Amino acid sequence: MRIALFITCLSDTLFPDTGRATVDVLRRLGHEVVFPEAQTCCGQMHANSGYQVEAVPLARRFVRIFGDPSFDAIVTPSGSCAAMVHEQYPRLAALGDDARLADAIAELAPRVFELSQFLVDRLGVEDVGAVFPHRVTYHPTCHSLRLLKVADAPLRLLRAVRDIDLVELPAATTCCGFGGTFAIKNAETSTAMLTDKVSAVLHTGAEVCTGLDNSCLLHIGGGLSRQRSGVRAVHLAEILASGA
Amino acid sequence: MSGTSSFSEAAHVALSNSQQRRNLRQATTSIRAKRDAAVGEVDQWEALREEGRRIKDRTMRHLDVHLERLEERVTAAGGHVHWARDGDEANAIVTRLVRDAGSDEVIKVKSMTTAEIGLNEALARAGIVAHETDLAELVIQLADDRPSHILVPAIHRNRAEIRTLFRRHLADTEELTDDPAALAEAARRHLRRLFLSVDVGVSGANFAIAQTGTICVVESEGNGRMCTTLPQTLITVMGIEKVLPTVADLDVMLRLLPRSSTGERMNPYTSLWTGVADDPPDGPRAFHLVLLDGGRTETLADEIGRQALHCIRCSACLNICPVYERTGGHAYGSPYPGPIGAILAPQLAGLRDHTSLPWASSLCGACYEVCPVKIDIPQVLVHLRGRVVRQAKQDGWRGRVAGERLAMETMARVFASRRRYEAAQRTARVTARAVTRDGLVRPQLPGPLGAWLSSRDLPAPAAQSFREWWRAQPDQSDPDGHGGAA
Ligand code: SF4
Repeated sequence: MRIALFITCLSDTLFPDTGRATVDVLRRLGHEVVFPEAQTCCGQMHANSGYQVEAVPLARRFVRIFGDPSFDAIVTPSGSCAAMVHEQYPRLAALGDDARLADAIAELAPRVFELSQFLVDRLGVEDVGAVFPHRVTYHPTCHSLRLLKVADAPLRLLRAVRDIDLVELPAATTCCGFGGTFAIKNAETSTAMLTDKVSAVLHTGAEVCTGLDNSCLLHIGGGLSRQRSGVRAVHLAEILASGA
Repeated sequence: MSGTSSFSEAAHVALSNSQQRRNLRQATTSIRAKRDAAVGEVDQWEALREEGRRIKDRTMRHLDVHLERLEERVTAAGGHVHWARDGDEANAIVTRLVRDAGSDEVIKVKSMTTAEIGLNEALARAGIVAHETDLAELVIQLADDRPSHILVPAIHRNRAEIRTLFRRHLADTEELTDDPAALAEAARRHLRRLFLSVDVGVSGANFAIAQTGTICVVESEGNGRMCTTLPQTLITVMGIEKVLPTVADLDVMLRLLPRSSTGERMNPYTSLWTGVADDPPDGPRAFHLVLLDGGRTETLADEIGRQALHCIRCSACLNICPVYERTGGHAYGSPYPGPIGAILAPQLAGLRDHTSLPWASSLCGACYEVCPVKIDIPQVLVHLRGRVVRQAKQDGWRGRVAGERLAMETMARVFASRRRYEAAQRTARVTARAVTRDGLVRPQLPGPLGAWLSSRDLPAPAAQSFREWWRAQPDQSDPDGHGGAA
């Protein structure tokens, strides 16, 4: 399969290891990975902050760049950004009164996948040959859980990792308090939510908290680091790429 | 409440209220578990939710028709229907009706709508005393407090506080303990005197059926039924969105509501009445229905926002909301707190009055998942954020929004071009060096970054971005046609 990597602006800039890991895993499974370099940001921050009008051109841009018919799939290491394309792009097209954009999105969206969903649901792969001898807990990020409905795809992948000690996170489905600009506009409420998420993570005795979104992991990891907890937040892709 | 900082300012206070934090955590955790169990028993729960959504959607499309039918049926059954454009009109109507009935006191069924319009305060200004008869509402009233939850208005108070209040305000309570049964008994004695002496009852309505002209009130304590049956005059104040076309629709709603709200299969008391009963005479001799618009028609005009009118006030979205669980209801500055408050209050009262509420959410979507009528609350929140921003644009960007707008417009420009985006990545990396130690941004910075850094570390931008790494690989050429600067 010819797969276009949709890296997301956040991972491109702050978490390049996640991108490399995604490339590694997909190649290991025998696929061709390409990286359309014109990609920037899907526009989620704008769309979720009230600047939908400003997000419309970014949606058009995304569709132009990833609409290349030679791409069999567009894969991203982010549940939230994948959900942006599936959930919000059609609304942006409606807001921009752009029927052509709406059609292009309808054509493109079925080929846009979050990584774990792509591996498990599309490719039918659970064991990607990873080895990760650490105690790990999994936080289901809200958009992957409730918008994309990835269900247990990430857990199936994690269970197939060799030597991993996978432990369940208490109150796993409660939001970590990130919420994009929510973390800044309502910093104190966000912190109150993060405090509970961090204590749940610490309760498991894990060394690593993983998930499908570097945005949420930036938040959880930022809290774990601030408290000098000695626990890391690591994207699922990096676990899947490790040790092989 | 206005300005984008007001929810966060109110939350600042609420978050340090340790008693409230504990009460909220315990109460919401236990009610969530009850709801999960009650919902889990229903095989076709998702289909039932979809049915609920469809009924509401259909009703809203022809709201005028259903309301006219309701008026006709209520009138035919001996009731009187009054139309109120806003809260002031509704309050004036109720005040006049109470006076006409020759009373200076009313007993009240727990009602969100009368809280929304400030009926008790309006009656007080006219010299009429309104007695709340729902136990929790009574506590709130005695404490001169505001409700903080739709269903459990005194969720933020504990038993000891309630005992103190009762001892101060109710007769024969010198020996009162904080045993729940004793507290309930003290309230019961107090309320019984009122039930038997006050001649006007005031209620809200959970539903009204256009087909038959029947009003429905759902409750747990039975005190509401006392108010709707014992007085000579009964006045019901109802938002126009509460109408349902048929009895069959009510059947669906009554299966959705109790499981979602209290986690019960069926609530203890469901009262239904149609006009006045003449033959044989039973219950109130006069029945008045006040139909309140109060911003609802305007809300209906917003195709996405109108979903907020589908709400059946079950409060499941409050109980599941991680923001509500921590801030409590008062932070929302509206009688409608939590996720539903964040989308309903700004629409009913006007967006300019509640500009911060659409941001009082992390958009985690838990509310949407539990809502029995499938209101896509996150979608409406995002939509309202857009309306607030577009309104600020029209108003000339006064206040704090101006700085944010500059940042957002700059970033939109950056993301619109590969060249500018890559330049911004390099600039961020260089700038970050000045404020970075051991790969982490130093925690003392002003502005939005400072808000992040108040409780969270932030890694510096990577020394090599993903795209730089990609380009540095042999044979990693960009796929055809996408390499150029766009
Ligand atoms: S919005 Fe939905 S979940 Fe929230 S109170 Fe209304 S009906 Fe219940």
